[in-house]
Amino acid sequence: MSADSIIVALAGQPNCGKSTVFNALTGASQHVANYPGVTVEKMVGWSKANGRKMEIVDLPGTYSLTSYSPEEQVARDFILHDKPSVVVNVMDASNLNRCLYLTFQLLEMEMPLVLNLNMMDVAERNGLRIDTEKLARRLGIRVTPSSMKNGRGKQELLDSIAAVADAAGSRGNLPRIDYGPMEVFLREIEEKIKAETSLSGEYPRRWLAIKLMEADREVQSLIREHHADPDGFLSFVDVKRTEFERENGLTTEMHIANRRYQAAADIGKSCSESEKENKITVSDRIDRLVCHRLAGPLILVGVIWILYYLSIVQGYNLTNYTWPLLAKLRSLAESVLPAPGFIDIPLLRSFVLWFVDSINALLNYIPIFFILFSLIAILEDSGYMPRMAFIMDRLLSRYGLHGQSTLPMVLGGIYVGGCAVPGVMSCKGIPDARSRLATILIIPLLNCLAKVPLYVLLINIYFAAHKGLAMFFISTISLLMVLPVAKALTMTVLRRMETAPFVMEMPPYHLPTFRGVLGRAVERVWLFIRKITTIVAAVAVVIFALLQFPGLGAERQGHYQALADKALAEFHAQIEATTYAGPLQGDGVTDLINYWDGYKTEKSQAGGQDKAAAVDEEFKGINPVFFSIVNAEGGPEAKKVNRAVKKLDRARRMLLLDMRKERIDRSFLGRMGQALEPVTRWAGFNWRVNVALLSALAAKESSVATLGALYEPEEGGEALEERMARTEEGFTPLHALALMLFMVLYPPCIATAVAVKLQSGSVRWMLFSMAYPMVLGLSVATLVYSGGAALGLTGLQAMFAFYGLALALTIVMGLVGNKSDFA
Amino acid sequence: MTLDQVKPGGKCRIKSLSVRDRLSQRLLDMGVYPGLSVKVIRNAPLRDPMEIELSGYCVSLRHDEARFIEVDPS
Repeated sequence: MSADSIIVALAGQPNCGKSTVFNALTGASQHVANYPGVTVEKMVGWSKANGRKMEIVDLPGTYSLTSYSPEEQVARDFILHDKPSVVVNVMDASNLNRCLYLTFQLLEMEMPLVLNLNMMDVAERNGLRIDTEKLARRLGIRVTPSSMKNGRGKQELLDSIAAVADAAGSRGNLPRIDYGPMEVFLREIEEKIKAETSLSGEYPRRWLAIKLMEADREVQSLIREHHADPDGFLSFVDVKRTEFERENGLTTEMHIANRRYQAAADIGKSCSESEKENKITVSDRIDRLVCHRLAGPLILVGVIWILYYLSIVQGYNLTNYTWPLLAKLRSLAESVLPAPGFIDIPLLRSFVLWFVDSINALLNYIPIFFILFSLIAILEDSGYMPRMAFIMDRLLSRYGLHGQSTLPMVLGGIYVGGCAVPGVMSCKGIPDARSRLATILIIPLLNCLAKVPLYVLLINIYFAAHKGLAMFFISTISLLMVLPVAKALTMTVLRRMETAPFVMEMPPYHLPTFRGVLGRAVERVWLFIRKITTIVAAVAVVIFALLQFPGLGAERQGHYQALADKALAEFHAQIEATTYAGPLQGDGVTDLINYWDGYKTEKSQAGGQDKAAAVDEEFKGINPVFFSIVNAEGGPEAKKVNRAVKKLDRARRMLLLDMRKERIDRSFLGRMGQALEPVTRWAGFNWRVNVALLSALAAKESSVATLGALYEPEEGGEALEERMARTEEGFTPLHALALMLFMVLYPPCIATAVAVKLQSGSVRWMLFSMAYPMVLGLSVATLVYSGGAALGLTGLQAMFAFYGLALALTIVMGLVGNKSDFA
Repeated sequence: MTLDQVKPGGKCRIKSLSVRDRLSQRLLDMGVYPGLSVKVIRNAPLRDPMEIELSGYCVSLRHDEARFIEVDPS
């Protein structure tokens, strides 16, 4: 960093418009990282003003600066250790009194401070007048008003930052809060710190003393590190605290908070004037409906339905328009790669196409995510989110979850069709570490979109007569399993995790701005692309190798080659007498087949007659002879050859599928599937199903695709349903039910696992999130299949029995008492 | 009397917090401190949590947390 570059930190309470200020100052040059060791996001941006470069760090929004929450601790540590040149305290101008509470703490940390009174427009509209000059005088720091949402006050703020940075070191006399009867105690502790430790140079002494009176754990451990006799010193502080509390009848924390609020109220009163009272009445009137006992839950269901409808249903429709773009990408890759031979596909070709397909499968979700993230941003900005938590907390907290688990669960798919990735990502907002982890761990068990194709496939074959019922069962059963699982996790592995109080602000409603919502949506989609797709790409490579190798032996390869030669010989005999025999000799026929495939792809992608005609012209130009065969134009000979090529192509496709199937059978993944059969047999899974399930580890859509490859078609056009029903005669609805339940409890896909790692901040929890659903799923499938078979239940009976069991378990688990965390 | 016993619409004055550490600090930081007058606005549809109005803004908390807030009805 050059000498004229400075670090500026933005500090402020939640809902004060801090991110708007950050965006206004930095524009597009931002970067998201994590603070080391915690899952708190670190937002860094860059700005340039008056020839000075600034690195701007957006600290997490906090009400205070204690060591109880990771956010507060991160903010505090940054200020103390990274020593920014200027700290900008952003505050909501309408909420002066409460915001000053944080300002006093920043003043006590003796940082070069600028006060930014943001959202002045809202305050003015509410009839609040603030005398900023008087406020600046009373606080002894610069105060700049702004309403960054409308772009007002940016330059003034930059000027103030520059002025404070220039004046570094020459700090005037800062006003300090008079802690009254505690002052004597503070002075005594300060003296001891000065005399007995080397902390004075590094930390403001008065701040240390106040924190010690508050029994702040972090400062206590600082003392432990820097004092020759820490126990003696800390017990001295303890004695002083008890003495103070006995004399004043108040805990030290209460006394300190009281004094701060009194000072804030005093300054607020002398520097601001309010014409209208009660600005919360509008929000209150809305809440009378939104939090109403009957209307509230109904509105909540409505909001969730709209969220689903717009993102999942309409977003899916949108993919009809975006998919052709991705398909073009694939055909571009196809055209560049080495062309396939008659039965030997070059490894490079199959690898790159597999890779493109894997990435495309994810990129295809972008429209859905974009809509979803925009809607979430609207919910966040409007202030509805805390209401959602308020309504749902009672229900969810019974299961060890949190009111704020609602949104992640909705995104994960509480009915059918969510996605665990944004679900897990949105767990960030849950303040309670234990509920947050419980939520992260159960979200993969909800019904994401990718699980649906397998359900549809199995229901269509095995529950054809009760499709509606079976679909309802599978849609709702996941919630009935998730709640008891969450409770069980909370009572066992998560028992010792830290919890946090629920206490949550209910901010007034705001009208979200178009720019704010769009910006956040774009930022999050971009983050998703960057973080998730890179990992998925890496895993796609691994799975490819597992499916591809060791591959067919020379002997089997020879076997298939002989079959191919036979088919070719038949073909050549058929067309011998025609004029086309010449051009189709040797590689000619392979060229024709590739030409035909290319033609078909281009035709299907050409929208409209004009474009189709253009494709015709293009292909005619490339090879007029092939063109006449493909379109059977040019008399009976062309027709005859056209038929013969079609027959040959069918034979070739069959061969390729057989080879693929055999390659998968012999592959590492296939062998794993076979090795697992002794265990999975009890759940009703044969090794083919195992292979399909294993391949679904990368992405669940793969399960149906792999099953498709394993159950090869004999006649062209036969649907997978028919093939599976025919090939697996021993497969009953009970098997299907066990398989579906296993799919519900299937471990997270790779993208989700990465999200779990990011949000839980640990590889161990990621591995746990993959292992426990596997065990649970296999147990449930075994219970249903072996239990159902032992009792002689049909698939439908077993379905009802299991539903009843899950419902009973959910109710019982909900009744198991929660011990108070604070008693 | 403790805050969780106050019915919606009821007003009271906070006397003291009968809890320490995490919860008490959080309450203090959110503006719940002795001497302040608060009004209970409503309970959630399933009764818990509750919403209270402090000086100019609203906060929701669980009854399980409110029972550590000692109040005088006013």
